[in-house]
Amino acid sequence: MDPIIRIKNLTYTYPDGSRPALDGVSLDIMPGTFTAVLGSNGSGKSTLAKHMNAILLPSGGKVLVDGMDTIDEGNLLAIRRRVGMVFQNPDNQIVANVVEDDVAFAPENLGVEPAEIRRRVDAALEQVGMYQFRLHAPHLLSGGQKQRVAIAGVLAMDPEVLVLDEPTAMLDPRGRREVLRTVEELCRERGITVVLITHHMDEAARADRVLVMDAGRVALDGAPREIFPRADALRALRLTVPDTTALLLRLRAAGMPVPAGALTPEDCAAAIWEALR
Amino acid sequence: MSLIEIRGLTHVYSQGTPFEKAAVRDLDLTLERGGTVGLIGHTGSGKSTLISHLNALLKPTAGTVLLDGEDIFASKASIRAARFRVGVVFQYPEYQLFEETVYADIAYGPKNLKLDTAEIDRRVREAAAFVGLDEGVFDRSPLELSGGQKRRAAIAGVLAMEPELLVLDEPTAGLDPAGREDLLEKLFAWREARDAAVLLVTHDMTIATRCDRLVVMAEGRIVLDGTPEAVFSHGDELASIGLELPEAANIARLLRDKGAALPPSLYTVDALAEAILALWGKGGAPC
Amino acid sequence: MLKDITLGQYFPGDTVVHRLDPRTKLLLTLVYIAALFMVGSWGGYALCFAALAAVTAVSHIKPRALVKGLKPLVFIVVFTAVLNLFFTGGDDILFRWKFIRVTWAGLERAVSMVIRILLLVSGTFLLTYTTSPLAITDALERLLSPLKKLHVPVYELSLMMCIALRFIPTLIEETDRIMSAQKARGADLETGSLVERAKALLPLLIPLFVSSFRRADELALAMECRCYNGGEGRTRMKQLRMAWQDAAAFALGAALAAGVLLLRRLGI
Repeated sequence: MDPIIRIKNLTYTYPDGSRPALDGVSLDIMPGTFTAVLGSNGSGKSTLAKHMNAILLPSGGKVLVDGMDTIDEGNLLAIRRRVGMVFQNPDNQIVANVVEDDVAFAPENLGVEPAEIRRRVDAALEQVGMYQFRLHAPHLLSGGQKQRVAIAGVLAMDPEVLVLDEPTAMLDPRGRREVLRTVEELCRERGITVVLITHHMDEAARADRVLVMDAGRVALDGAPREIFPRADALRALRLTVPDTTALLLRLRAAGMPVPAGALTPEDCAAAIWEALR
Repeated sequence: MSLIEIRGLTHVYSQGTPFEKAAVRDLDLTLERGGTVGLIGHTGSGKSTLISHLNALLKPTAGTVLLDGEDIFASKASIRAARFRVGVVFQYPEYQLFEETVYADIAYGPKNLKLDTAEIDRRVREAAAFVGLDEGVFDRSPLELSGGQKRRAAIAGVLAMEPELLVLDEPTAGLDPAGREDLLEKLFAWREARDAAVLLVTHDMTIATRCDRLVVMAEGRIVLDGTPEAVFSHGDELASIGLELPEAANIARLLRDKGAALPPSLYTVDALAEAILALWGKGGAPC
Repeated sequence: MLKDITLGQYFPGDTVVHRLDPRTKLLLTLVYIAALFMVGSWGGYALCFAALAAVTAVSHIKPRALVKGLKPLVFIVVFTAVLNLFFTGGDDILFRWKFIRVTWAGLERAVSMVIRILLLVSGTFLLTYTTSPLAITDALERLLSPLKKLHVPVYELSLMMCIALRFIPTLIEETDRIMSAQKARGADLETGSLVERAKALLPLLIPLFVSSFRRADELALAMECRCYNGGEGRTRMKQLRMAWQDAAAFALGAALAAGVLLLRRLGI
């Protein structure tokens, strides 16, 4: 299978920047996978994300989306349609003051037939569980609900990839759970490729693959159960490890035979119980 | 005498309209000097309404708020005094920065206190040092700072008023893990040094585990109030109002359900690890 | 609190009035306003009021909501009334005290102006209460679309209006938030001379500007990500179609205008 996003030796320097924000990043994102991107503030995560739908164009290297080079202006709309992007502040991405009108914004821009727009809007709102709110005013919704509307607004483009830039940073735990559940469903049930940028280790633990960025480079890349046990490496990159991993590492250090890669509380408890018996 | 004593506090928004909503109902709460109290609850549980009464930004519909035994709404002077004695750092405080320089912005509160220049200068420098803001940025525009630095400058602006009670609403929201940890350390150090009281509003259970006392709110009322041990032993009540347990307490619960004889009220990774190792040692496994 | 303002608020519903084509509603509002200015007798006002009351009832809008919307206008209404009351000439003097002089004509004019303003504003409120702002901008865009030929960016203008409406509640909330934060730092917005108070607004206005620019920036980015490319080649989910109800509504509107003119003729 061909990668849906292929990044080759990408460098990028902001017009007013002295050092590159991205410094030789190469990676492939396979269709249908769930990738989490971690890294401290200023490590280049958002800059990387903005290259995936041609909001930023490489200073050096290449970004190919579904085989299309982002530098080629003729590909612009085709790429943006394929790679939907959701940002941190849900308030600042909702254009209209009725939910369904907002969701219709992207397909309207794309010149889709009215009947087809209606179908897509309804389907997108169903998928994020916001159909019953379709006639509401966005400013009266909770943060988690607004963010799900923003996701629906992107889904209405029928994208293949969903890139989310810290979508849960401004939400309370309930909103975070809602958004994360929605994103996981879209990936696991609808086969949409997900790239999730986050500061929350427990969110990253649910991905297929974790990328850790540092100073514009990919510092670590692997499955969560391989990455998280490397507590020292993560701490050096200004990150923490999930509590499950921290606990298992403590137990292992004391000689207890438990695997370090059990990431969910359930797996972790099961592994410890196994060792205790 | 308690620093803050709230008796029968009720606050109703838009009273007399179809949008009428009681955000806080008949609430009693006492805060003592010293120590860190965590205030947890969902958005809409009434936390924000409650904290806006502590420095007299909102007037109670019913009930009283006493600061050192005196009603803060007694007079204009007492309201003003409460603004300075109770410092409130709202969510995303960096959006309140407005002065031309970082120094002037931190000095804004002390200036409103009508202090003399030397005292203002001392306070600005001290507050900046507490939050780890380098004096090199004093002459720069606050808008030029990085996100983390802006947050520190904004918090320093409140610390410089030298409040007796410091209220912080989600002070670490949006920071990266290392930034979160660093800011918390600094706030705890400030509390120690000034012997002030801190009320920390948070969703983050890892932060909650580090408080001396936890107050849990739901639907405008206090539903749990006690030490973290006590509060986290009420896992079912917390779950019923949609709050999560700290991850360690969660794992401990799962292990107990399987039959592990763990002591109650384990909620930190360290304590849980020790308890598990103690069990494992007893089991006769090689140490 | 600032949040309580209902300016431009839309109350979703499913009545005949809600379902009318927004272009119909916009044009009929204009007809209604024109009728109000043609009124030449008390009977004309009664007729306009009856029309307003009927539409309010049919659209299930609570009269209380209309009254609440009128509250911010008290100052303008009083000002107009006073102006007309004291500065209208005439011979049949009703009341005189020092240099103040009130005539029957003045009283009549003041009452008539107040009624006219109240009916006018309530009528436009009825439009915004029963028509989503997006539908209004949509209708405006379509009614003005002939201007596209003159290179007037009609779509862009209507989008700007739509976004402005969308962000009003958000910015009101933000203002509340910043005000609280600055008050918590001892800002005093209520006392002092006019100059002092104007100066005291800076801590409020600067952060509000900064944050509005940031929002505008982020919104532009989000719109770009959603393939926004100007008005060219855009389609619409909601097609506007006139139905028999719209024809009926126009007939009623014409009847109202005719009625007002007739009453004026008859002097009732």
